[in-house]
This record gives sequence, C-alpha cells and structure tokens, in this order.
Amino acid sequence: MNGLTFDIAHLLAGSLVLISFMMLYQDRLFALINVFALHAVVLALSVAWQAYIQDAHHLYITAAIALVFKAIVIPVGLHRIIQRLGIHRDIETAVGIGPTMLAGIGLVTLSMVLMLRVTPEADPLAREDLAFALSIILLGLLVMVTRRNAVSQVVGFMSLENGLVLAATGAKGMPLVVEISVAFSILIAFIVIGVFLFRIRERFDSVDIGALDDYRGERR
Amino acid sequence: MSTVALLLCGPAALLATAILAAAISRLAAATRLVYGAALFISAALLATVAGHLAGNPGEVSAVTLPLGLPWTGARFRLDGLSAFFLVVVNLGGSITSLYGLGYGRHEATPRRVLPFYPAFLAGMNLVVLANDAFSFLLCWEFMSLASWALVMAHHRDEANRRAGYIYLVMASFGTLALLLAFGLLAGPAGTYAFDAMRTAHPGPFAAGAVLVLMLLGAGSKAGLVPLHAWLPLAHPAAPSHVSALMSGIMTKVAIYGFIRVVFDLLGEPAWWSGVAVILIGGVTAVLGILHALMEKDLKRLLAYSTIENIGVIFASLGLALAFKANAMPSAAALAFTAALFHVLNHSFFKSLLFFGAGAVLTATGERDMEKLGGLIHRLPVTSFVFLVGCVSISALPPFNGFASEWLVFQAILRSPELPQWGLKVIVPAVGGMLALSAALAAACFVKAFGITFLGRARSAAVERAHEVDRWSLAAMAVLAAFCLLAGILPGFVIDGLSPVALSLVGDRMPVQIAEPWLSIVPIAESRSSYNGLLVFAFITISASLAAFFIHRFASHAVRRGIAWGCGFVDAVPAAQYTAVSFAQPIRRVFGGFAFRARETVDIPAPGALEPARLKVDMHDLAWEIFYQPITGAIDFATERLNHLQFLTIRRYLTLVFLYLVILLLVLALWP
Repeated sequence: MNGLTFDIAHLLAGSLVLISFMMLYQDRLFALINVFALHAVVLALSVAWQAYIQDAHHLYITAAIALVFKAIVIPVGLHRIIQRLGIHRDIETAVGIGPTMLAGIGLVTLSMVLMLRVTPEADPLAREDLAFALSIILLGLLVMVTRRNAVSQVVGFMSLENGLVLAATGAKGMPLVVEISVAFSILIAFIVIGVFLFRIRERFDSVDIGALDDYRGERR
Repeated sequence: MSTVALLLCGPAALLATAILAAAISRLAAATRLVYGAALFISAALLATVAGHLAGNPGEVSAVTLPLGLPWTGARFRLDGLSAFFLVVVNLGGSITSLYGLGYGRHEATPRRVLPFYPAFLAGMNLVVLANDAFSFLLCWEFMSLASWALVMAHHRDEANRRAGYIYLVMASFGTLALLLAFGLLAGPAGTYAFDAMRTAHPGPFAAGAVLVLMLLGAGSKAGLVPLHAWLPLAHPAAPSHVSALMSGIMTKVAIYGFIRVVFDLLGEPAWWSGVAVILIGGVTAVLGILHALMEKDLKRLLAYSTIENIGVIFASLGLALAFKANAMPSAAALAFTAALFHVLNHSFFKSLLFFGAGAVLTATGERDMEKLGGLIHRLPVTSFVFLVGCVSISALPPFNGFASEWLVFQAILRSPELPQWGLKVIVPAVGGMLALSAALAAACFVKAFGITFLGRARSAAVERAHEVDRWSLAAMAVLAAFCLLAGILPGFVIDGLSPVALSLVGDRMPVQIAEPWLSIVPIAESRSSYNGLLVFAFITISASLAAFFIHRFASHAVRRGIAWGCGFVDAVPAAQYTAVSFAQPIRRVFGGFAFRARETVDIPAPGALEPARLKVDMHDLAWEIFYQPITGAIDFATERLNHLQFLTIRRYLTLVFLYLVILLLVLALWP
C-alpha cells in the first residue's frame, strides 16, 4: 500500500472522529441532525475509499446505503419529526459543553492507547481504523448520555452505528451480510424510536425523557 | 444393542411413565399403575445390570447419543462403579415402588407425587450412567428438581415450603460447585467428556481446588457438615417412601459423583486430600448422630442419622485416598470396599427405617415420638422389621451394619503403616470419633425404637392404630431380609465389589468366598476375621435356649406385687421416659460444645402453686456460624442494590457507558 491511499483513508476516518466531536457541542436539534448527515456523508466516502483500495466492490453498496439512508432519508425524516413535534427551538444538553468536550478527548485518548496496545501485529491501516472506530463508538455513547432529548439520543445511537460500520469495512474480507444487517438494524431502530417518540409525545406532551421520570414520581 | 443402550431404555420408560402419570393422575387406579410401572422398570433395570455383572463384570460399554453439547454429544457409559450404583439405585427403587403400591394409597394429593416419582428415579439412573460433564450436570439438576417437587408435595405446610426453599438454594449451590469443578477438570481446551478428563491430569493446585469443590458440590447433596442444613428439613418433608429414596438412595448418588471425580477423573491423589476428607467425615459422623439423639421427630431423627452414615462413608473414602496416595493398594482396597459396602447397607436399613416411620405415620398420623409409644402391640410386624433396621444401623452383629463398619475399623487399624505423621495422628483420632458415633447411634436407635414402640401409648391416636397394608409390610420384610443376608454372608458382597476396587484403587480385597465357613478375612487370618453366620447361629441358639429356659422354668415361680406398687407405678403414660429425657445424659455431656446447650431450672417460691420448669436452650451451630452471616450479607447487599432498580433511562445509559469505559481502562492499563 502506498503512502497516499493510506493517508486518504486516515484522513477520512480522522474526519469522522472530528465530526463526532462537532456533534458533542451542537445544542440545537437541527444543527445536530445536519452534523449527523455530514457524518454519514464522510462515512460513505470513507467506505467507498476502502472499497477502492481493497478492490472490494460490494463495499460500494455499503457506501451507497450509508449515503442514501443515513445522509438523506433519516436526517430528512428526523427534520420532519422535529417540525411536527415543534421542538426545533429546544436547547437541551444535560452536561455542559466544556466537560463534555474534555470527556470526549479522554475517550479518544483511551481508545487510541487501547487499540495501539492490543493490536501490535495487525495491518497498520486496520489498526488506525479500529482505533478511530472505537473513538466514534465511545463518542456516540457520550452523545446519548449527555442529552436529554429522545431525538438527540437517536442521533447519538446512529453515530455509534457509523463507528461500527467503519470498523467493519476497515478490515479486509468482511462479508456483505454484516453491513446490510447493520444498516437495517439502524433503519429499524429509527422506525421504532420514531414510533416511540410519537407515543411519548401523545402521552406526555413532550419528548423530553425527563417527563417520564416525573411521571414515575422520581426526582431529576 | 450394547448393555448401556439397553439400560438407557429404563430411564426413558420411567420418563414416559412420568408423563403418563401427569395425564392420568386424577384416576383412582393411577397410584397402582404408576408404582407398578416403576416397580417393573426398576426391576428390569436391576435384572439387566445383574445379568451384565454375572456375565462379564469387567466389561465397559459406552454409547454417544447425538444430544447435548454439539461437539461432545450425550455420552453414557457402564463400568464397574456405575454398575454397582445402578444396583443400589434400582434395588432401592424397586422396593420403594413396592412400598409405594400400598403407602401411596393414603396420599391426599397423588397428582403432586405421581408424575415426579418416576422422573426422580430416572434422574438418579441417568446421573450414574452419564459420561460427560454436561449430561452429568443436566441429569444431576433433573434429579434435584424432581426431588424438590416431591419435597413440595405437601406445600400447604409452611415448614415444608421453607424446607423446599432451603433445599433449592443448597442444590443450586452444590451444582454451581460441581460446574466449577468440571470446568477445572475440562481445562483450557474445554474437553467435557469424562474419557478426555481421565487422561488429562490437572496440576496440584487445580486438583486441590477440584477436591474442595467436589466436597462442596457432592457433599452438599450427601449432607456433609456444615452443608447438611437442608437435609433434615427436606428429607422428612417428602412422603415417606420418597424420604426413603432421598435418604437411602439420592445421597448415594452424591457419593457416586464424589467417587467418580475424585477417584476416577482426578488421577493420583495427594496425601493431604485424604486428611481433608477423613476429618470432614469424622466430624460429620459425630455431629450428625448427636443431632439425631436430640431429635424427637422420628423422620428427622432418621434424616440426621443419614448424615452420620454419610460421615462414616466419607471417612472411609478419605482413608482409601490416603492409602492410595501412599501406594498401599491393598489397604486402599479395604477402605474403599468398606465404604461401598456401607453405601449398600445404608441404602437397605435407612429405606427400611423410613418405611417403618411411614407405616407409623399412616397408622397413627404422628411423627412426634413423644406422642407415640406401645406400638409393638398394635403394629407387631412393623415393630419387628423396624427393630431389625435399628439393630442393623446400630452396627450390631449379625446384621449388615456391623460387617461394613467392622471393615472400616479394620482399615483404620492399618493407619500406623502410613508414612506421614499427620495421617498417623489424625486417622486413629477419627477412628475414635467413628467409634463414638457408632456407640451414640446405638443409643439413638434404642431411643427411637424404645420410645416409639415400647412402653405405653402416649396419645389416643396410638390406641386406634392398625397394622399397615401387605405391600408395605412385604417391602419392609424384603429389606429386613437383605439386612440379615448381607450381614451373615458379607463375603459375597465383598467379592462382588472387587472389580470396582480393582479398577479405581488398583487392588482388591482377598477372595472371601474361598474362606472356610464363609468367614471374612480382610487382611490376614492372623490379624482378624469375622464370621457372620457363626455369630448368627450363636445368637439364635443361645437366645432360643434362654427364652426356652425362662418360659419353661422362670414363669412358674409365684410373684407377689407390692401393695404400694413402687416398682411399676400404674400412673399416666406421660410419666414414662420420653425421647428428650432419654437423651438428657448425652445432652449434658456433649451439648455444651455441640449445641451450646444451657439448662435453666425455674423453681417457684415456697408456697407458690405454679409448676417448676426446666428450660433447655439449644442452638444449631452450623446454622448460626455458617449460614446466618451469609444470609445477613446477602440481605445487606440487596438492600443497598435495591434502589438501582428505580433509576432514570439516562442514568442507566450512563452506568452502561461508565462500565464500558472502566472495562476499556482496565484493558489499557493491564500490565
């Protein structure tokens, strides 16, 4: 593998981590969804680049799935949901942006240290890719933990799935079944969570899951 | 068809009977059908094993069924050891079914007993045949659950529910220990077939851990102190014939598990493993019988006495381990044969005694000895066979208990030849404990028989008692005959056990049938020999002569009663010796350290009219030392963890996230 292909793959995976960081400090829902769409576009690019350098044509399908569903269908759907719910003006972070960013930096460091330690013999590209993928997964979890709104938790969950796809495509020889199942699981999760949002909304007149806690008589 | 495949048809038929029983249990004829089928199948299994043993006892036959773990399969195997235990299980099973034909008719809710009874028998048969860890554990759990269902047969009683709960907890704990033991035996390669475990010898640390886990796992099922707590609660709670199966047979299946792993799969033992087993056996024997002596409930007394006998068997097995580790195969064969002989004997007389207790329960509705008494006039046959059981379990010649306990002591007497000083000191000390427990057992069964059957009736129920049905009497008579036969012809049993000893400890006892006059000579003629037949003949003749002389000559003498009747006061029956008062001297001697017993006498002031009171305060130390701290700790921890159930969704997510991060951190920082 020559230096340029490696650098480009590295650049794409790295920018995915960067966009995950951008998600951490978006406190408006529309902005968050836009950043997520960007995330999916970069993921599609990264997967396509992997398909090109691995000469694995089935990965183009994965890239197309990522582009169509995650970058277009789901963000558009979420936009419409937010408009219908009328929550586009909500500002909703449970933890301040500063601490969240610091925690994110810590998580990325952790995944770098861990991955570079446990995979000394692996192919350097796969190694870096795995480290980035783990960072994206952890940042996605962090988004889910630091948000109070159900919509942004959905977004966090899907960015986590993006990390999984990145990990799956970074290693050579992964069968297509895996990616299709991952893509479908996200779609299904999106549908299910969408339905749940409406049910929550119907019952509590809000998608703030804090309302659920109030309903159970719990303190926040 | 190989023998083991033929034998597997038996449990399959029993399971089919169980399903059938669940379907027809409301019919009137169901009791007779189910017990009849169980009797037939057990007898067929017994005949198959007997045919196998008569034909080619050394032959090993194995089969692998395409069930269970995908790369191991369900393996079953018949060798000398499993053949012996199959004989114990199916002999006990068939006689118990015979008893059940009569006893089961008095069952108030037969649909709670009938489906589980054949399933329980099937489970015990399968455990003995299993040849891989997965099938073994599965069958073991099946056996435990079936017996648990039988313990819960009379679940309306609060005490039975508690017994069932404690039994379930202890059974799960035991299975967990077995699971871990098999995990260690399987090693990193994860070979769960016994054949593979037999060739892979674990290191000394792993072997020690397996021994401890087997003592916990098999010991909790068999009733080793301090894991015995469930046994005196659960065994009496079941219907009496099931109590007989649990006490007489299921504890033996636990011993089978212990022997299979420690003698067969684990390879060469270390000498200290013998020490551990001998000590636990000795302590179990003494504490078991002391508890039995303090008991006034007949079935609980029998259950505690089971603990004592298990202690004797384990002490003998420990001796066999110690001799085997020191390359003394002939002594090891002696101790091992003694243990197996006692297994067989205990299955006979404990089943007999539980049947007797069941007969008393049927006739009077009472288990409390303080309300019985004088039953020898009402239940003459039951009294006689119960007496045979009492004499056997008290290890009096010429019955079978003596023969096997005598062999155990012969093995103990070979301990000075052991090289380690630790064993030289401990084995005679445990010998003393076993002798003590044998003497206490005799006292205990004098009490059990004397208070229950002799004297005068202590309650109205006893006055109305009638002899039980013929099926029950036949079952008890068969067992009494076995007790006598095994006692006067022990040589045949010992020779029958020789292939097992040869395969597991590498030697056998000398051939006994060839000895003149059917004597048994465990080591050499010059050291010791015992002739049960001779003792039996002597006892019979001298007793008959004594009886003849007394009745012929003594009764003619004129007797005059004293006017004030101080010799035998015709007072209320409550003034007789009671179970508690009989045990009082022993409680005075041993109660202080064994039960922390304290007596307080409360005498009213002179002139006051209320009665004086004697209050005895006793503690079950095993319960207080081992169980209460554990339950306390669990209560404390669950109390603390309870509020984790009521967190918000985001907090749960945070917990999962933090846990993941900590896990990754540990992985990153691990040296």
